[in-house]
Formats: sequence, structure tokens, C-alpha cells
Amino acid sequence: MTTTTIMSHGKGGEPPAFHVTEEHDHDGASTVIGFWMFLMSDMLLFCGLFAIYAWLGGHYANGPAPLDDGHGGQLFHLPVVAANTVIMLLSAFFCTMGMAETRKGNAGLALKWFGATALLGACFLFNQFSELKHMEAIGATYQTSAFLSCLITLVCAHSLHVIAGLVWVGVLTVQVLQHGLNAANERRVVCFSMFWNFLDITWVCVFIFVYLMGVIR
Amino acid sequence: MSPDTPHLDPIFGRLTLGDIPYHEPILLITFAVVALVGLAAVGALTYFRLWGYLWREWITTVDHKRIGIMYVVLAIIMLVRGLADAIMMRLQQAMAFNGSEGYLPPHHYDQIFTAHGVIMIFFVATPLIVGMMNFVVPLQIGARDVSFPYLNNLGFWLTAVAAILVNISLFVGEFSQAGWVGEPPLTGLAASPGVGVDYYLWALQISGIGTTIGAINLVATIFKMRAPGMNLMKMPVFTWTSLCVNALIVISFPFLTISITLLTLDRLFGMHFFTTELGGNPMAYVNLVWIWGHPEVYILILPAFGVYSEVAATFCGKRLFGYTSMVYATVSITVLGFLVWLHHFFTMGSGANINAFFGLMTALIAIPTGVKVYNWLFTMYRGRVRFDVPMLWTISFMLTFLLGGLTGVLCSIPAADFQIHNSLFVVAHFHNVAIGAIVFAMLAAIDYWFPKAFGFKLEPFWGKLSVAFWTVGFFIAFLPIYIAGFMGVTRRTQSFDDPSLQIYFVIAAIGGFVILLGVVFFLIQLFVSIVNREKLRDTTGDPWGGRTLEWATSSPPPAYNFAFTPLVHDIDAWTDMKERGYRRPLDGFKAIHMPSNTSTGIFLSVLLLAFSFAVIWFMWWLAALSFALMLVIGIGHTFNYNRSFHIPADVVARTEGERTRLLAQQG
Repeated sequence: MTTTTIMSHGKGGEPPAFHVTEEHDHDGASTVIGFWMFLMSDMLLFCGLFAIYAWLGGHYANGPAPLDDGHGGQLFHLPVVAANTVIMLLSAFFCTMGMAETRKGNAGLALKWFGATALLGACFLFNQFSELKHMEAIGATYQTSAFLSCLITLVCAHSLHVIAGLVWVGVLTVQVLQHGLNAANERRVVCFSMFWNFLDITWVCVFIFVYLMGVIR
Repeated sequence: MSPDTPHLDPIFGRLTLGDIPYHEPILLITFAVVALVGLAAVGALTYFRLWGYLWREWITTVDHKRIGIMYVVLAIIMLVRGLADAIMMRLQQAMAFNGSEGYLPPHHYDQIFTAHGVIMIFFVATPLIVGMMNFVVPLQIGARDVSFPYLNNLGFWLTAVAAILVNISLFVGEFSQAGWVGEPPLTGLAASPGVGVDYYLWALQISGIGTTIGAINLVATIFKMRAPGMNLMKMPVFTWTSLCVNALIVISFPFLTISITLLTLDRLFGMHFFTTELGGNPMAYVNLVWIWGHPEVYILILPAFGVYSEVAATFCGKRLFGYTSMVYATVSITVLGFLVWLHHFFTMGSGANINAFFGLMTALIAIPTGVKVYNWLFTMYRGRVRFDVPMLWTISFMLTFLLGGLTGVLCSIPAADFQIHNSLFVVAHFHNVAIGAIVFAMLAAIDYWFPKAFGFKLEPFWGKLSVAFWTVGFFIAFLPIYIAGFMGVTRRTQSFDDPSLQIYFVIAAIGGFVILLGVVFFLIQLFVSIVNREKLRDTTGDPWGGRTLEWATSSPPPAYNFAFTPLVHDIDAWTDMKERGYRRPLDGFKAIHMPSNTSTGIFLSVLLLAFSFAVIWFMWWLAALSFALMLVIGIGHTFNYNRSFHIPADVVARTEGERTRLLAQQG
């Protein structure tokens, strides 16, 4: 070994420092990585739902199928779903704009962007709800077949996340109005922004994997 | 909710007086004992005015050490219940021959084996390892607390209320009769219309959420809060195994959540994921649940390996042999753990190639595991081995685990598995690793870290007796099970036709009682040590000649763990400090920033308990009420921005001065 190693690790010489003298509070340093891990495990929940859809999604049990709702129409209304996809993508864009304003410390403008995000989220939910209502009306319920159980559970799991996101925006708005964009609130905005983009990506997967591939196969 | 539900009472849902099993003497006596012990505890707490202390110092605590201790206490209480189930099963199987039905009818026996599995995995093994990791890891990495102290508290209380839910099922309604992984169609609404499976599903759901929250906390803690100088390849091996285990939890538990959620939807709303009609497929559940289930096995075993590594290095007085290979072996087991789930059902009929792949992957795991065993052996080789109780557990483990590992390789061969699938051979195999590796490790860990947690050692005499009886009892109990299983006796059987088999079950029952004595000796050890605590007192903080940072602080450690954050230069950081003449700083203390206690964790958990109980019994008003309250409290918590405080410098100085005085007394 070289001399330097002996100098710094040898039993002889002056022992090195064994403790830190200047310390800092570590408030919130782990929040983002922790929330990221939560999102990854949430994504795995959706992986499970996609896996079960891949397996059972073709089991129509003589009931409605993507291209045949049993009443001469299609079960999947691609224009509605495509419109919802655009709404979701646009809302993620608004959310990112809100994030950018947050970084600049522009609380008022950021809240407006997040408000717009939430509004689009509400539109998305309205469309989803109408689709489910329509399906129920023609007798395509979650009890009809394994395919419909999988489909409805998957889209409802996503919609529940969107509802949670809307509640979150509401709470966050109140908190930012109360305390401004302090360090804690900024961390929360970052987490919300990650959450909303995650919902967006998940919906894109639903659109491609369920709806587009559904009408192809 | 489901269409064929009969008339429901608006307040009690489907709960009626007939669901209280007051006509079963075994349960009645159990209830009387539980009620008496509970009343005694409540009375003692009130008499000694300890409620406030309990609330402030334990229930609402965010101190990782106390949360760790509470996990271990929960596990030991549940161990008693799980063990009672085991003894009842051994007695039943030893008796139920020659036309005798034994003393447990199938309805009761099936609940017992299910409860035994669920309790031992989810409420004994899991809280033990989570508790140990919680207590030890922040100390080993030189941290003062964890990344998410409030979530840590919440995670514990979720686990605790899930355990309470399982115990409620004993006295209100029934528990699942369908085995510990709850495979449909047996757990479907058609085959199990009662509340047993619902209790099972909600208990697992809640404890699964708790475990996941705890795991996210520990991964973030290990990544973000290590002492300066401790890079990944300088982490103690127990911390390494904890990192891998918590990563495994974060990745695998979502699959448990999703499997049991979908099964709950099947049962609650009449969906068709795992039913046998309208396109449902029960094997979909089996696949999904084992994607979680096999990693779960490694979640339990890896911290055990971590404990043996710490114990072997400490009690052989030398650095662990092959630190780097130990780390790589741990990581490869972590990865391989996700590639073997299908070996739990080779008989599904997925084809020769798929079975061969999963069989090979399973056999491959023997390699990193073998590396570990050799590392421990070479650590002992030419070491100054001290045969204290933790080391005795380790040696007993190496002998027992060899057998368990080899039978595991045997089970990994698909052709052999077609013979032994669902047989007692499998039962003997996984008890061999569960007891011989996990339980022994946790008992070693309790003995090893007890002086750190409470400031006094455990009496070695009773500990050694416990090692002897557990080890001998294990072999008496499970070698006959291996033999019976190899001859084709199926598991979960309530009574037998062939009288020639009885001798195996009689021997196994005797072994069960020997193990019971092992547990009794362990409890006596705790009791005797608490009585003699002054004689066993450790004032040095380093009673075993430890090698890692947890031994650098006092026993028990102060709330802030370290007055100054350590700087790490070596894998065995504390040994390095001792060898290079480290001097404890005696002045210059500063105020220390710490997280504040919170009661949100217990409130949320109790409300979730009420919610799940309500859903199980269809008490919809209670479900709605508790859910709304959970939202209010959960969101309300986010409006609290004052979550930390400073321990003043003079308090730190006083605490450290006291330690200086004790060390000086030591001489």
C-alpha cells in the first residue's frame, strides 16, 4: 500500500476526526425520494391491474365486448376516450406550468394553474362517470363478465386517484393561501406535481393498452 | 351489498348474537383469560397512574427505538397465540386416528391452521424483523431519527390494529378456514360465505399498508441519513440486508394489496376475477399472490442473515469474512426472489419449459445462500469464538438451516414437486427455514440487542436452555413430518385413516411440547433478567465488544442517539474508533433538532380498524362515519406545520455528563 494510506489509516499517527462538529437540521430532505417510492409502489398496483386485464380482459363470457355492446353498437367509444386523453394530457401540462410558477415563487399564478388542472380533472371525471352510466344502462356492469370486472376496476382505480388529486389541490390551495410558498408547501407542490403526472402516464397506458388494443383485437 | 344478502339489521349489519361463539368451551375459556389479563393490565395502569406516561412516551412516540420495541412486544404477544394454535394442531393430529375425530371439528381445526399461518407470518415474523430494523438501522448508520417519524408511528399502529382484528375474529364471528394465502375458489363467496375470509382479507390489507409505509421510511432513511463517510460499501451487513428487504417490501407488497383487493371486490360486489364462472380464473389469484408471496419469504430471511452476520463478527472477534461477497449475495437473492414465484404451483400445468425455468431459478438461489453460510463459517475459522447465547443461536441455525436449504433444493425440482406438492414435506421444509433461520435469528437478535435497548443483559442460563430446547424440539417435531410428507401425507388434514402413521404425529406432538418449553424458558429468561437487572446492568454501552456504531452510544441510547453525528472511516466503524484511540467529546454540546410526537397515527389506525370491522359486518353507517373521520384527521394532520423541536444544549450536556460519570465508575 502507498504511504498516504498508511498515513491516514495506520494505527500510529494522529487519529482522524470521528464526529461532525457542524450540523444542520434535516427537515424534509427525504420527502421527495419517499414520495417517489410511494408512487413507484402505486405504479406496481396498476401493474397488477394491467396484468390481470391482460389475462382476463378477453373473457367476455358471451357478454359485451369492446366492439360489440350487444345492442348493435360499440362498448368502447373511442372519441370520448380520446377526448379524455387530451384533457388528461392538457391538465398535466397545466400542472407543470403551475410547478414552474412555484419554482419562481409566484404563488398566485401557480394556484391559478393548479385550479385549471383541477378543473380539467373534474371534466375528465365527468366523462368517465357518464361512460360508466351508459355502460350500466345497457347492462354492461362489473358483474357481467371477467372482462368488465377488470375494465371497470382499472378505470375506477384511476378515477379514484384523480378524485384524491382533486381533494389534494383543494387542501393545498388553502395551505398556500394560509402560509404562502414556504419550504414545506413547496415540497408538497412538488409531490402533487409528481402525483398528477403519474396519473397522466397511467391514463396513457390505459388508453393504449385497454382502449386502442381493445378495438384492434 | 351483494345481491343475495339476506335482510340486514340497520345498526348491526349481518352481526347477530349467534355469531358470538359462547357455546364453544375452548373459546370461552380463552376469552375469560384474555379478559382477565386485559382487566389486570388496565387496572395496573390506572393504579400506578401510567396512562399519561404510556400515551406520551410510547403510544404517540416517533422515536424509532421505542417503535421498534413496540413491534417486538407485539410480536412476542402474538407468538404466544400462534404457538397455542400450533400445539392445538399437533395434539389434534396425534389424536385423530382409528376413527377418532380428535377434539377439534373441521370447522374449528381449519380456522386454527389458517390463523397459525397468518399470525406467524404477518404478526410474529414480520413485526419482529420490522421492529429489529427500526431499532437497529438508524443506530448503525449513525442517525438520530428516521426520514418519516410520523409514518413510522402510523405503520406500527396499522400493524397492531390488524393483529387486533385477527384476535377479534376469535370472539366475534369466525376466522378464515382457507389457508394462509387464501386461494380461491375456496375463499370465494360461493365456498366461504361467512365473515372468516373477510376478517382475513382486511387484516392482511391493513398490515400490508403498515408494512409498506414502514418500508418506504426505512429505505429513505438508509439512503438519505447515513453518517458522513459511510458509503454503501461501508454499511454494516444488517443495514445492507435491511435495505434489500425494504426495497423488496416496496416492490412486492403492492401485489399482495392488489390480489386481496380484487378478491375483496369479488366477495363484496360479486365481481368475476377469481370466480369459476363468467370468465373468472382462480389461478390468476394464485399467480398474483405468489408474486408477493415468494419475495415475502426473502423479506423474512434476509434480516435473519443480517443478524447472523453481525453476531458472527462480534462473537468471533474479527471482521466478517467476505463482506463484499455477502453484500452481492444479498442483492442477488433480492433479485432472484422475484423470479421464482411459480415454484409454489408447478402442478398448475404451465408446461415443461416454464416449470424448468422456475425450477432452475429456485435452485440458483442456493448459490448466494451457500456463499453466506461459508462466510459465517470462515468468520468463525481462527476467530476467538465466545459462546454467548446469540452465538449459540447462530451455530444452531447453521446446522438446522443446512437441512432446510437442502430440502428446499429438493423441492425446486419440478418432477419431485409433483410428488411432494401440498404434502407435509413442504410444511416441514418451510418450518425448517422459518424456525431454523428466522425465529432463531430473531431470538439471537433479542439477546444481542437487548442490553442496547434496556441497559442490561439477559440472563444467559435460561437463554442457553431455550437454545437447547428450541433446537432439539425442532428436530423432534419436524423430522417425522418430513418422513410422513415424503410418504405422501397431505397437509391441513384434520383426521387420518391409516393407523400406521400415528407414531409420526405422536413424536411430532412431543417435539411441539419441547419447543413450547423453549418458549417458556425464553419468557422466564426475560422475567429473571428484569428481576436481576441491577446485576446484569451494562454501563459501558458496549457489552459484547461490538463492531458497529450502535455500540458507540450509551445503553439505552438517549433520545437523540448520538450527541455528535459520527464520521465513518471503516466497515467496522466502532472497532476502528476503539482501535485508533477515539475519545468521547466531553463538552461543546449543541441543541439537537428532533421530531415531535403525534397522536394522528393511533387515531387513524383505530378508525381504520372500525372501518374494516364495519365493512366485514356490513354496518354501513359505521363504515361511512369512520371513513369520514379518517379523512378529517388525516387531512387535519397536514395543517400542522410545527412537527419538530430542539433538545436544548444543556439537556444534552447533562445526559452526556451522566454517561461520563458511569463510564468513569467502570474504570
